[in-house]
Amino acid sequence: MNVLVYLIPISLILGGLGLAFFVYTVRSNQYDDPEGDARRILSDDWDDHPRP
Amino acid sequence: MTATLRVPPSACPACAAAPAAEALAARALPDARIALSLPTIHCAACISKIENALNAHPQVRSARVNLTLRRASIDAAPEVTAAEICALVEGLGYEAHELDAGTLSATATDRAGRDLLMRLAVAGFASMNVMLLSVSVWSGAEAATRDLFHWISAAITLPAIAFSGVPFFRNAWAALRQRRLNMDVPIVLAIALAVVTSLWETSLSGEHAYFDAAIALTFFLLAGRYLDHRTRAIARSAAEELTALEVPRATRLRDGHEEVVGVADLAVGDLILVRPGGRMPVDGEIVEGTSEIDRSLLTGETLPVFAGAGQAVSAGEVNLTGPLTIRATAVGAETSLHRMADLVAIAESGRSRYTSLADSAARLYAPGVHILSGLSFLGWYLYTWDVRTALNIAAAVLIITCPCALGLAVPAVTTAASGRLFRRGMLIKHETALERLAQVDTVVFDKTGTLTTGAPRLTNLDALPRAAVAVALALSEGSSHPLAQAITRAARERGIAAAEVADVTEVPGYGIRGRLGGEELRLGRASWVGAEAGPETATWLRIGAAAPLAFTFADAPRPGAEDAVAGLLARGRRVILMSGDTAPAVAALAERLGIAEWLAEALPADKAARVAALTGDGARVLMVGDGLNDTAALAAAHVSISPASALDAARVASDIVLLGNDLAPIAAACETAQSATRRIRENFRIATVYNIVAVPLAVAGLCSPLIAALAMSASSITVSLNALRLR
Repeated sequence: MNVLVYLIPISLILGGLGLAFFVYTVRSNQYDDPEGDARRILSDDWDDHPRP
Repeated sequence: MTATLRVPPSACPACAAAPAAEALAARALPDARIALSLPTIHCAACISKIENALNAHPQVRSARVNLTLRRASIDAAPEVTAAEICALVEGLGYEAHELDAGTLSATATDRAGRDLLMRLAVAGFASMNVMLLSVSVWSGAEAATRDLFHWISAAITLPAIAFSGVPFFRNAWAALRQRRLNMDVPIVLAIALAVVTSLWETSLSGEHAYFDAAIALTFFLLAGRYLDHRTRAIARSAAEELTALEVPRATRLRDGHEEVVGVADLAVGDLILVRPGGRMPVDGEIVEGTSEIDRSLLTGETLPVFAGAGQAVSAGEVNLTGPLTIRATAVGAETSLHRMADLVAIAESGRSRYTSLADSAARLYAPGVHILSGLSFLGWYLYTWDVRTALNIAAAVLIITCPCALGLAVPAVTTAASGRLFRRGMLIKHETALERLAQVDTVVFDKTGTLTTGAPRLTNLDALPRAAVAVALALSEGSSHPLAQAITRAARERGIAAAEVADVTEVPGYGIRGRLGGEELRLGRASWVGAEAGPETATWLRIGAAAPLAFTFADAPRPGAEDAVAGLLARGRRVILMSGDTAPAVAALAERLGIAEWLAEALPADKAARVAALTGDGARVLMVGDGLNDTAALAAAHVSISPASALDAARVASDIVLLGNDLAPIAAACETAQSATRRIRENFRIATVYNIVAVPLAVAGLCSPLIAALAMSASSITVSLNALRLR
């Protein structure tokens, strides 16, 4: 059962990373326009060069 | 949480205006922030077309389109005006309306929703981890391993609950401080007791710890709260957009030249120019100009009233024909429009007495739960003389009976029902509006602007000589007066060509004058033309010295008005028509729509009193109205609906806003509300059944953490699924 010493921290860290990433998405307003973001990916305006 | 964060549908428009005014002041920064409503955009191409065009404008710093809200927000140099940007977007072929950025930005960022979402995420993360650890304990982990798992669970659960449980702690504390019990008190007690006993058990290497139950409980309940919040946030943002569409601006005359200023900046004594088609921004007195004014939103009368120098006008009236200069006698909160807020506040205090189904369930439920858990603690303590066993069982009882499913039962159903009604064009603004709508047995309609469109229609075209109509058409073609426009529309539909009329001039406030051959033509008010005014809405045409001809008008019913009334009558509701208009006009519409009871020439106070009297007789009244004269009645009724075209004050006072032009959804909405209430009750019953099965186990001391987790999750999921069955 010694493997638990590694496995439990690893699973917690991975889960925590997911949580931190979610918090980042909320803070950077990524849920403000779900419909628009879903469509924007289809636009080819910035395909050749990034948005200035 | 919900209670503290809810922005109440304010009874006082001035209170709502104050933050907006502050925001306006804050906007006096170098940049202009412009918000546009773009109702017709729908795809990726629309987004990039509009954004590219706006960003190509030399003075626009940045522009972003939000497809979900169908809005564009633009940062531009200060000299850019909204009208210019509107024209630019309209040139691309899209409908664009300016939104008052002050009204929007006051609550645009949904802080509360984001806060709840964050807490929900933390609770979800913690509960999944703790659940995984618990699974290994349930499947037989022993001794040191079990203790280790319990300690890790504790280390995750304690900070997670301390962070995510804050909304419940706050609500429960608020209720306890007022010596009341709400749903949050048993929740907090259950969570706290579960955590404390589990910690104690764990420190003694005990077998049963309820960390998973405590955190799962928090997660499910937060999910309910978040649903609840989102439903209302959507409705609120749509309602806000309606308000923001009316940009409060006025043209002030200062030293002979005009300047456009915000209504908030007007002061008593200012001279204000109101152009034809404009709405009076303040109460005042006419200094210069003659015109006719439409007071239908204030009084319900459809007949335009003559307006000349010296006459008093009040905010909200619409100027029809000639430009008017008025001197402000009352501004802002002093205007008659805003004084109506007092009437509304009085009427609303009656409504706040309504207790929602969830609250009445909690009132029955909370004491029962506490007594049950207290009794089992006492019983087991007397039986075993062991505080640890007794406390453990008391905690198990509290967790099992915790209103997890109850917390989801109402929000899940209201979210489903509000979403359905939103798609049919109804905005549910108040959280208990659906429940109240379901109880309605009497429906009171206002006439002008609610059952009718407020735009007159010519009724006696067939009875008039064709030549006279041709003359009238020639005179009315150039006018923006609603009656003239009705004549133009009716004559054109019939294919009548305008006669050759010379020297057509509009005499604001009176009518239109012209010349045909050697004869003078007059089309206008009865007194000006030399006719006797009748009871009907009419305009008169006199050709030369001949007797004047009457053109009579009636208000066209709104689309769906007949369906709505017929639908309500078919469902056994009593329908009443109440209007401030004249008796013949009201009687004609009542007959046409099949409404047996009607009341004409009702003053605003009459309407409110009548609604209060009906309520006193035990009726549950649904009021549908749009004008200022309906505002008090809207607030006094059990539940109220106003169309999107209504005055802001009326929309604020009502629980539900109809977004479209069509009235037909009203009857169907009553049906949906009833089935939603039925579902809520069903959900309560389901939750009770789970309790009836699991509580005896808990009291008998047979309830393991596994059973608690199963019962809780199963009941929450069944309740949510049942809510989704709503049609």
